[in-house]
Amino acid sequence: MDLSMKWLAESVKVDVPPRKFAEAMTMSGSKVEGWAKEGNEIKGVVVGRVLSIKKHPDADTLVVCSVDVGGAAPLQIVTGATNLAAGDLVPAALDGASLPGGKQIHSADFRGVESQGMLCSPGELGLTEHDFPYADANGIFVLQEDCKPGDDIHAAIGLDDTVVEFEITPNRPDCLSVLGLAREASATFGVPFEKHEPRVKRALGDISELLSVTVENPRLCPRYVARVAKNVKIAPSPRWMRERLRASGVRPINNIVDITNYVMLEYGQPMHAFDISYVKGGKIIVRNARPGETLTTLDGVNRTLSPEMLVICDEEKPSAVAGVMGGEYSGINDSTNTIVFESANFLGASVRTTSRKLGLRTESSSRFEKGLDPMLCIPAVERACELVELLGAGEIVGGIIDVDHADHAPAVLTLEPDWINRFLGIDVDAEEMRRILRSLEFTVEGDKITVPSWRADVEHKADIAEEIARFYGYNKIPVTSIRGSAQGMLTEKQKFERRMVGVLIAQGLYEITTYTFVSPKTYDKLRLPADSPLRRSVEILNPLGEDTSVMRTTALGSMLDILSKNYNNRNPKAALFELAKEFIPGENADVLPTELEAITAGLYGEGFDYYSIKGVAEALLEEAGIRNFDVTPVGDNPVFHPGRCASISVNGETLGILGEVHPLVAQNYEIDARCYLMRLSLPSLLKNAAPAGVYHPLPRYPASARDLALLCSDELPVQAIEKAIRAAVPDILESAELFDVYRGSQIPEGKKSLAFNLVLRAADRTLTDAEVSAAMDRALDAVKALGAELRS
Amino acid sequence: MKEALSRIALTAKADIAAAGNPAALEAARVKYLGKKGELTAILKGMGALSPDGRREIGQIANETRAAIEAELGSRLQELKSKELDARLLAERLDVTMPGTHHPMGGRHPIQLVLDELKEIFLGMGFDVVEGPEVETDYYNFEALNIPKDHPARDTQDTFYISDNVILRTQTSPVQIRTMEQRKPPIRVIAPGRVYRSDAVDATHSPLFHQVEGLVVDKGITMSDLKGTLDTFAKRLYGPETVTRFRPHHFPFTEPSAELDVMCFSCHGEGCRLCKGEGWIEILGCGMVHPKVLSICGIDPEEYSGFAFGLGLDRIVMRRYNIDDLRLLFENDLRFLTQF
Repeated sequence: MDLSMKWLAESVKVDVPPRKFAEAMTMSGSKVEGWAKEGNEIKGVVVGRVLSIKKHPDADTLVVCSVDVGGAAPLQIVTGATNLAAGDLVPAALDGASLPGGKQIHSADFRGVESQGMLCSPGELGLTEHDFPYADANGIFVLQEDCKPGDDIHAAIGLDDTVVEFEITPNRPDCLSVLGLAREASATFGVPFEKHEPRVKRALGDISELLSVTVENPRLCPRYVARVAKNVKIAPSPRWMRERLRASGVRPINNIVDITNYVMLEYGQPMHAFDISYVKGGKIIVRNARPGETLTTLDGVNRTLSPEMLVICDEEKPSAVAGVMGGEYSGINDSTNTIVFESANFLGASVRTTSRKLGLRTESSSRFEKGLDPMLCIPAVERACELVELLGAGEIVGGIIDVDHADHAPAVLTLEPDWINRFLGIDVDAEEMRRILRSLEFTVEGDKITVPSWRADVEHKADIAEEIARFYGYNKIPVTSIRGSAQGMLTEKQKFERRMVGVLIAQGLYEITTYTFVSPKTYDKLRLPADSPLRRSVEILNPLGEDTSVMRTTALGSMLDILSKNYNNRNPKAALFELAKEFIPGENADVLPTELEAITAGLYGEGFDYYSIKGVAEALLEEAGIRNFDVTPVGDNPVFHPGRCASISVNGETLGILGEVHPLVAQNYEIDARCYLMRLSLPSLLKNAAPAGVYHPLPRYPASARDLALLCSDELPVQAIEKAIRAAVPDILESAELFDVYRGSQIPEGKKSLAFNLVLRAADRTLTDAEVSAAMDRALDAVKALGAELRS
Repeated sequence: MKEALSRIALTAKADIAAAGNPAALEAARVKYLGKKGELTAILKGMGALSPDGRREIGQIANETRAAIEAELGSRLQELKSKELDARLLAERLDVTMPGTHHPMGGRHPIQLVLDELKEIFLGMGFDVVEGPEVETDYYNFEALNIPKDHPARDTQDTFYISDNVILRTQTSPVQIRTMEQRKPPIRVIAPGRVYRSDAVDATHSPLFHQVEGLVVDKGITMSDLKGTLDTFAKRLYGPETVTRFRPHHFPFTEPSAELDVMCFSCHGEGCRLCKGEGWIEILGCGMVHPKVLSICGIDPEEYSGFAFGLGLDRIVMRRYNIDDLRLLFENDLRFLTQF
């Protein structure tokens, strides 16, 4: 909302600089986004009178003017314009002047004749034909204004307004108007709000002879008010009106259209003026559109209407989409003689739905959407008629049509000063509260508050508290601490998450943050089979694009995306992790999906191999205190290398999967390097995490260490041997660590040599040689049962 | 024999001084004091002397031995110290060469700042709660006093899954879920991802992060809201931070406010950083609307509360001077390793 300070001054006298005005209005709840002085780019331009015009001695297209600019002697200015005559008043840019767009004017030589400035066209002053319809757009701006040589051009052409831009919140459509902001300014600065009662001076005839109005759907149209003006003379509106419109960012068109816009800006009530000759039978019917009905709107688009939309019709067909836009063939044109001013109230929700469905948002619709005050209809139409008289644009027909189904009962609330003081943490006496409310035109009698009709947002005592707070001053409300004590604590899960993140960072991994919505093509890139349940995603009905159209069912694709980006940005290696969410859809779109939380990790680059990603997983498991996990080879996961993939489980519950990325998947992601992925379920890790351990006494007796060198089939997993050893020596085995793996010469084909270091210890005694040997024998027997043998 | 002894004393002294290393020194010791050493030989020959002569020579011999031993001892110390000096000299390193270390990873900048916010609020007695990202229209809008066709819906362009299910446009639905699940006193923050259908550019992302806060108890006032958030701002930006609460509108709080902090760069004068306003908006807040309390089964006559919501990504961008929001989601290591 752009507010003209000149316009504001008609009803509220606030004499403060724009910065102070902006600050005070912002702090009372009408946020100012910025302000600008009109024409502030124009400097050094004054009114000049052309005294004489002579031909340029050396140029056919130039003339030399003598111009009185209010100084001691006239200036000599050269121009190419042909629309000048002696005696004309014109804008003269003096030596050193600046014009919109940063143009600088200096004295210059034009073929041997000095020009001591420049005469300006409307365009050179940043104006259009709409601002000054009488001006020749292609020539010098010959002023028809009340001014004299030497006057500053800003004042001469009314380009001296200050425009303040407000950000008005959707609950306050009343403030999308000059009068609404005047009311707020009056309360903010404690100055009177001088209201003007619009009054039509002379009315002829009776509107009922020309027009009738029927409202078929009073729910969608609570009020429809109309007045008629005849003998209308379409012409440009006067300068003061054009100035106001221009300052408010509205283009002047002609007197009637300008009046409707002027009233909308002043009162906040959208108005519609149309030619009565287009109302067949003189009957306006406000009804729902019929199926398949169409209307060509003012913007020239033929629109198909649907039955939930409200339209303004005559006997035959629609002429406007109610509250949104008029029809092309009902508007004002040069031959218009009699016009109807429509000042109606439409249901916000209905206008909003219609405007969305038509994809047509207008100044009018965006105001109606917010819910307007039905009590505005009459003053607004009266103001429009008053302006018609004032501008001499036509004659007002007597009578007013007012189809009124609106609820006139005002909201009544009780002033509860104690509650308000407690709620806000302030101490303001009841009389001051009444004063504040009255300054906003609430009626307060004792503790009974009657809410003005334009404040539909005030319906609860908390809303009253806000009015008090705004004008008492938010910044005067004290700063206190919440009474009572409270302990803020992370949950077990949140603490666990932090530990896991700590481990990942210590392992050298960097955290990433990715989009949770992905392209459905992700599933192809991951080579998921057609019947994979992971292909069924939560789908976004109105995505920004296909790339972000489904909620991911697996975060592995996102990790690969980021690995790929880094790879293609020529980062030589990457080690990344994410605490990722995945979305598993419910039965149908109305059921909320299950949101899974997973830790994903990804690696590529020199020094990384399968065991690196497995090491990441093992470090997490170790931190979680999960020791008895199983690692099972997985040969059929489409994302992974069939020979380099394993699942991790504990007590039969799968915790996750890890491995080298299948070369075809890597290729789909344009990564020309081996890369490695891991995904562990965070809740499963937490569920199986060991509780905080208790202290074990330090060993008091010495340990015996023995090496066990074995020869076995290459196919035999190390995990099986380890498990067998542990099972065979359950009581005194402290650790069994693989320290060497060898394949090659001296080892038969298809076999490998494994060397374990076993540490044996008893808590209560020194083990004897015999005990140690017996234990080693049991371990050896156990691995022999798996087909391993002692390597000699 | 006296002469022999004084000669031994002299030559021994010379030999000891000449010994250049512990082995040579040991050889000198053996030469004079060993079982077959020169001094030992003299002592052995003392049997042939008169008792007086034996006493006299014995005394001299003992003195000579003590002198030699002292010489040996001090020479040994000298040699050891030289040897250590030589070793230390030889072991000199280029101490400027890079140290060896295990490479550490790092948290994402969003999470770094979020952790900081969590610490601030934990310290003020807030718990951290979570809620679903795919949310019902009821929790995201209706229960927050934003019915269907409410104009406030226009300011939050929503991704729809169905008529009733959406991607949450704010973390505020977690307020409702929390009030349904917990009884007052409630003090929680709810960080998380939110979604709005904004096209991607340097300052917009269809996915971004918010932190919601909610306090409900008996006797909670707007001055408590101010005190809590003023403390928060000072902990986040430093004790000199100046805050301002400016009236605003949110459907689910009344009164509502936005919290601005005075521009760190121009101190309120207006500059490029604050777009000439002198203040930087950091969060929206307000007293929980009594309607919202009622919807959640909390009696607004007995309880009151305040709520706030802040945009995390913008705080992150200002903290690290990041000028393009997209960097946060591109996850290029050259970016991630800077934090």
